[in-house]
Amino acid sequence: MTAPAAHHPAGPLAPPGGSGGLAEVFRRRYLLRLLLRKELQVRYQGSVVGLAWSYVKPLVRFFMYFFVMGILLGLNRFEDFALHIFAGMVVLHLFTETPGAGTKSIVRNKSLITKVQLPRETFPVSSLLVSAYHIVPQLIVLAVMALVYGWHFDPVGIGAGLLGLVLMGVLALTVALFFGALNVFYRDTQNFVDTISIFITWSVPMIYPLERIYSATERGALPDWGVQLYLCNPLAEAVLLFQRCWWTPAAEDSATAAREQMPSYLFERGFISLGVALVLLYLAQRRFTRLEGSFAERL
Amino acid sequence: MSPSIVVDGVTKEFSIRSTRTLKQRVVKRLRGEEVVHSFRAIEDVSFDVEDGESIALMGLNGSGKSTLLKLISGVMRPDQGRVLTRGRIAGLIGLGAGFHPQLSGRANVYLNGAILGMTEAEINAKFTYIIDFAEVGRFLDTEVGHYSSGMQARLGFAVAIHTDYDIFLIDETLAVGDRPFKRKCLKRINDLRREGRTIFYVSHNTNQVERLCKRALVLEQGKLGFDGPVHDAIRHLHYDEDEDPDAGEV
Repeated sequence: MTAPAAHHPAGPLAPPGGSGGLAEVFRRRYLLRLLLRKELQVRYQGSVVGLAWSYVKPLVRFFMYFFVMGILLGLNRFEDFALHIFAGMVVLHLFTETPGAGTKSIVRNKSLITKVQLPRETFPVSSLLVSAYHIVPQLIVLAVMALVYGWHFDPVGIGAGLLGLVLMGVLALTVALFFGALNVFYRDTQNFVDTISIFITWSVPMIYPLERIYSATERGALPDWGVQLYLCNPLAEAVLLFQRCWWTPAAEDSATAAREQMPSYLFERGFISLGVALVLLYLAQRRFTRLEGSFAERL
Repeated sequence: MSPSIVVDGVTKEFSIRSTRTLKQRVVKRLRGEEVVHSFRAIEDVSFDVEDGESIALMGLNGSGKSTLLKLISGVMRPDQGRVLTRGRIAGLIGLGAGFHPQLSGRANVYLNGAILGMTEAEINAKFTYIIDFAEVGRFLDTEVGHYSSGMQARLGFAVAIHTDYDIFLIDETLAVGDRPFKRKCLKRINDLRREGRTIFYVSHNTNQVERLCKRALVLEQGKLGFDGPVHDAIRHLHYDEDEDPDAGEV
């Protein structure tokens, strides 16, 4: 190999590495792509069933909810119960997988982080993308299921679904970034995140419809502000948006379902939640950048 | 000439926590014992490296050489002072760090190249050179986990040394393998030097250092003990008194 004898780099002197944050991750998306491919290739290597394991878990969970909650405890007395559960599970998958994997991702890749200069946000981002990859087939199953239940095309619903997905993705990445960085300093973090994730399933309208929250308030089992508090949860908002996309359009009288089963100001709430989530993402990124400075010595 | 590396009053402190759990920490606090010890791995170090210069970094084990390399490559940030660089940096520090044993040699070359900051086009352009250099030919599509440690190290070195960057941070212990391969590594480093790239070379081997560099830095317990001509640095370290175990090599 020959190169020109004079080799003068241009540009100003600058601190090495730099911290372009998430923007840097997407500038180096070739690296992200290869790491993602590696992750997907390696995860199920040497396993007979392979990638199918990613679908066995949600499937088992689905049937558990369906039989125990639905049939045994009688929660299934509302329209399209199974579709309601599954739609919720698909969008929530982003949040049940990403924070756990993302929190561990920095510590897991310490051999790289302590030796090579690369955007460290790559690892939480790739946790999110692995989850996103896994929900693609789930979305196809969901679409088929919705059609069987009588789903019809509804542009407003599609918009709600997209907003729900984006909102859930931003929330998942925020949590993965923040706790991923914190886990370097306190390994308790991963247990904390695992514990919190137990609540998540029950904090969103997935196994039960939103209507249950309203009726609990009417019965006096929840205080009046209980509904508002419940709806402040951005995860619940994202699941509701997704239900608006897949579940209400499958109802016999979809217009009534969309009006009665959804909270008022669904989209306004959605956009406000997204705004808040983006602010939180920004703050998580800033925190990450600050903590990142001592990753190499603390790992 | 303009500098390509500026290290200005850099200090790096490590804090070592003697406790891991909250309980231990509380107990130690109550007993009035220190919970966090800190020590300075690098203390007030300043120097410039000119563009195209080859400079050796010497010092005993534990004198802070690896920390200094990590500060220059950007893996670590200084606590005080500043590190400035110009151009792209190839840090030959954790070679093969990104190798995955379950992926083929081919896939690992691409992955490792991307980790080091190469684009797909750059790796494609260098691919045959890398494979020739690493001498892994017919094992290219074998999983790296089945490679011998020497082969893995050769492949790691081959990828890193073929990056088309401006500054090379090289740790001599990485020029691994048998004597012919070591010779090839040094020849390649020498080529890089002649191409006008900045080389920051960490080594104990006085022969190699004299061959590759005119100027040397000596670290002593985190402080810059010497900065000047290589011969004087070797004398400063008293390396000339001992019988060099690597003498005659290369």
